[in-house]
Amino acid sequence: MEASKVIHAIYNDDDVLMNAVKKVKAAKHHIDEVYTPFPVHGLDKAMGLEPTRLAIASFMYGCVGLTVAFLMMNFIMIEDWPQDIGGKPSFSYLENMPAFVPIMFELTVFFAAHLMVITFYLRSKMWPFKKAENPDPRTTDDHFLMEIGIHGNEKELHNLLAETGAVEINIVDKAHH
Amino acid sequence: MYTFSNRLKISAVILIVLGLIGIAKGFKDAHHYETVEDVKTMLAEEASHGGHGESHDTVAVHATETHDNHASDNDHHDGEHIEDSHAEASHHVDKPLHADEADHHSIDVGHHGDEHAEHVMHQLHNRPWSALYVAAFFFMMIALGALVFYALQYAAQAGWSPLLFRVMEGITYYLLPGALIVVAIAFFSGYHIFVWMNPDMINPESADYDKLVAGKSAWLNKPWFIIRALIFITGWSLYRYFSRKFSIAQDEAEPGDKRNFKKNFRISAAFLVFFIYTESMMSWDWIMSVDPHWFSTLFGWYVLAGMMVCAITVIAMITIYLKSKGLLPKVNDSHIHDLAKFMFGFSIFWTYLWFSQFMLIWYSNIPEEVTYFVTRIEDYNLPFFGMIVMNFIFPLLLLMNSDYKRISWFVIMAGIVILGGHYIDIFNMIMPATVGDRWYIGAPEIGSILLFAGLFLLIVFYAISKQSLTAKGNPFIKESENFHY
Repeated sequence: MEASKVIHAIYNDDDVLMNAVKKVKAAKHHIDEVYTPFPVHGLDKAMGLEPTRLAIASFMYGCVGLTVAFLMMNFIMIEDWPQDIGGKPSFSYLENMPAFVPIMFELTVFFAAHLMVITFYLRSKMWPFKKAENPDPRTTDDHFLMEIGIHGNEKELHNLLAETGAVEINIVDKAHH
Repeated sequence: MYTFSNRLKISAVILIVLGLIGIAKGFKDAHHYETVEDVKTMLAEEASHGGHGESHDTVAVHATETHDNHASDNDHHDGEHIEDSHAEASHHVDKPLHADEADHHSIDVGHHGDEHAEHVMHQLHNRPWSALYVAAFFFMMIALGALVFYALQYAAQAGWSPLLFRVMEGITYYLLPGALIVVAIAFFSGYHIFVWMNPDMINPESADYDKLVAGKSAWLNKPWFIIRALIFITGWSLYRYFSRKFSIAQDEAEPGDKRNFKKNFRISAAFLVFFIYTESMMSWDWIMSVDPHWFSTLFGWYVLAGMMVCAITVIAMITIYLKSKGLLPKVNDSHIHDLAKFMFGFSIFWTYLWFSQFMLIWYSNIPEEVTYFVTRIEDYNLPFFGMIVMNFIFPLLLLMNSDYKRISWFVIMAGIVILGGHYIDIFNMIMPATVGDRWYIGAPEIGSILLFAGLFLLIVFYAISKQSLTAKGNPFIKESENFHY
């Protein structure tokens, strides 16, 4: 269950943030989210996020693209309207295959890349006209924000985060937003 | 510090001895057919077993039509005839392009038989030389690829790799002896490998005169071939010598003194420029000219891609071996991961170039170009397509998953397949031109691989044992030790 009250700890250095994340994890608190102006190397592992499955999805999209290319070229060039190009009127997919390899390659890449990006956006809950979830605009500039849910342990969390070198700590009631 | 273990030393020596036995057997078998008569007896036996002639039915359809007037000849002769017409299609030119071929055959059937048998005899005699050359080139190419990879690390000031520099330096130690052996085989093989080395081919008086080869004789002649080879080898070896020297000097330098590293950076950049020109010319000279009528403009790139895959694979294998002995404690699985990524990437790059070369020639279908692939697809079907499975599909599927790239034994197994595939790649470049359809992976081929593998291990591990395994003075060594993906 998502807590209605959260604590926002703001940092101004990614190394400090990394150490803070490790400390908070060591104290067995669940970090809801970290907002950073740029990708911080190793942050996902420190936060204990599961590895992404985007690569597997991408592989499957690539396979779909390859299949589409195969079916499309077979229909266009062999079945529907057989053509004699370069003196190769063999009307056989296999014998004309080298000529289709660039198309097979391109469609594999096209499907894998585009569908992967779309999947990534949807999985990140981003779509057109979506209102930004970003709690503090400074995280798009030079500050890092760690969000932790409060479950009646406000004081303890406050002290812990103050120790980790946070430059600012705010308690935010999400319900009022 | 690595000490060259006796076990490895003895294994290398055993490989060399076994290799020499295999090669000796290859030469002995080849010269079993000393005269044209011997070969004719062999061909007659083959024809009576029906094996050789029959397997070339498709070739007969494909081959030149000049021989149609033989259709009524007896069966025995027909079997030979198919082979012969095929051999011409395959562009093997030890009896080059007969304009008057049809006359030849229709006038004198007996003479035709002789000519064919002589042709087969040449192919049989070429085989041990070619086998030796393919293996010698393969191992030389590993050392050369490693040298380029090493130079790239310096020129790019890469931070991840300095822990592997001593392994790369060890491998590149084989370059000078390896390259000299390749050139020596080319030089002493007469014209068993390079048909253009036959002086009759550029002599207008001779029956073997070949106008195209004569036209290229300003480039393809023996003295200039040797001079070029020596220029290439000198350039590469000088870079190798000085980069190793500066690399070791940097270890002994005062803290903060980076002069040797900077020198290495400069000579590496210069070497890369020198290399890309000489590598291209080397691949025309040492490989492409075995088919002196045929040419491909991206051949140098294609050879380069294969060279890089093999070199990175061997770097990964030796690194894993030394790490398993506990000698490279700072090398972590992220280094292995990066090497495996390069193996994966260069395998794809190799396939891209292989396919680019193949598709253009296949599509345009110009007789003098497409003959190159006709020979390979018809006579070398299994190695030709097998190599694409080994060099592309196998690494693509096995090394795609990022977790697998960190598993040592997985990288080793994938590496063995990749090395095998690229040996076959070199095999497919040389053999169709020299032995035609008389190929087999037998005693001379395996013997040559063993011989050069033994020599390679001996020289490389000797060089690795000479210096500390960590290039501790390299300014990026700390970054390399902390490298993690």
